[in-house]
Amino acid sequence: MTTLLALPYWQETGIKLGLALAIIPTTSLILVYLFLFKMMAFMQSRLGPNDTGPYGTLQLIAEAIKFLQKEDIHPAQADRRVFRMAPVVVLASTFLLYVVLPAGPDAIVQDLDTGVFYAMAVSSLSVLGILMAGWSSANKYALLGGLRAAGQLIAYELPLILAVMGVVVQAETLNLQGIVEAQATGEIFGFGGIGNPFILTQFLAFLIFMIAAQAELTQTPFDMPVAETELVGGFHIEYTGFRFLLFFMAEFGTAFAFAALASVMFLGGWWIPGFDVDDNILNVLGPGVMLGKILLISFFIFWVRFTYPRLREDQLQKFAWKVLIPLALANIVLTGIFKVVF
Amino acid sequence: MVAQNIFFGIISAIVVISAVRMVTTRNIVHAALYLVAVLAGLGALYVLLTAEFIATTQVLVYIGAVMVLFLFGIMLTKAPLGNVMEMTGKQWPIAIVVAALLGGVTIYSLLNRFGSDRLVTDGPIYRTADVSDEVFSTYIVPFEAVSVLLLAALIGAIVLARKD
Repeated sequence: MTTLLALPYWQETGIKLGLALAIIPTTSLILVYLFLFKMMAFMQSRLGPNDTGPYGTLQLIAEAIKFLQKEDIHPAQADRRVFRMAPVVVLASTFLLYVVLPAGPDAIVQDLDTGVFYAMAVSSLSVLGILMAGWSSANKYALLGGLRAAGQLIAYELPLILAVMGVVVQAETLNLQGIVEAQATGEIFGFGGIGNPFILTQFLAFLIFMIAAQAELTQTPFDMPVAETELVGGFHIEYTGFRFLLFFMAEFGTAFAFAALASVMFLGGWWIPGFDVDDNILNVLGPGVMLGKILLISFFIFWVRFTYPRLREDQLQKFAWKVLIPLALANIVLTGIFKVVF
Repeated sequence: MVAQNIFFGIISAIVVISAVRMVTTRNIVHAALYLVAVLAGLGALYVLLTAEFIATTQVLVYIGAVMVLFLFGIMLTKAPLGNVMEMTGKQWPIAIVVAALLGGVTIYSLLNRFGSDRLVTDGPIYRTADVSDEVFSTYIVPFEAVSVLLLAALIGAIVLARKD
């Protein structure tokens, strides 16, 4: 890594933070436009999003105007301070996730040594905001939605972390850049041309991670916390206008971040076959490669979302505790055995 | 070092104020949320001490798991909005005496042991790999003992909770 320009610490941090702040709304807009509007409209024969303007491009602007026009309403019985803080807590968890996501050898806000462990820790903060929103709304459906969300996120955090453990054991590091490097320098049966993307050796972990991520993101078939037909709307039922938009942005921003985590841990991250791992050009090409992989993984997330019906609450808990967690534990044991033997 | 000292002051002030509000507030959910602020502040202090792994663990275990379960339990049972709970127990004078004693002993032992010694800040910053190496070599016996203890507590909880 040759240093092209050296800035003082505070300038570098300022630029990186500014970039991250600009990226998060952009990423959620990309996902909303590509998948929520275009793909869902095609798959479910919805009329609106494909007809507003050329190729439905004006739909986003129409939605933005709609959200900004809405009145900011507090329920009369609501706990105002907690009610206002809740969406900020949820969005803060999303912002903190982006700190460790790498898009190139140097294109990362902060290359934390605890990398993936940190990502798991901050992503669990969003539950707090959801519980706050559900309780402070003074609405029994909101409270039910919040409680459902908390139960679900606690149950699916375990398989998520345990699935990641398999990758960590194989890469011998928690650092996300280290995981990319381990895949780039790895070999498949002595052939190192495309490195060793962990989706090949950790396919079980990849499946568990994607299912658990689907639940963490409360996407269908795990969308009981926001099930309209049962709860009217879940924990964000009383939120309007910009506050609702914050929840919405956090949902899609987190989906993007989880897709990025999956592509870093299982698909080789920003590395392109044929380049050195610390080649400076990867700082330019890496973000593009990452974006492609992220969109591929988000495509699967939203494909499942638009295809499957909702599970029942007890099925959801049974699936997490009796299927995913034992499988993830078995995966860790197997990975450990292979690590020691080979 | 100046920036670190300023942030230490700000974070400590937030932690102390939140801790006081936690015991004085009249709403049980607010008390839990103030506790979250206290725990998050402690996590930030660990970052200032370059203990990155412990800071992350603090966030994952205390805020992401313990406090979420606390709030979950409170909201499942009884969590009225507004200041209606009688939150102050009858034993609060005893609690103050115990807290003062505990604080006094801690402060005395810290001052007695370290006095005006300064921590060397240019020393090695421990990486996560070093932490795990230490845990699984030097401290392997206490580590295993703690995991057996946790398992015993887990089984005990299940036995107590089961009716049949």
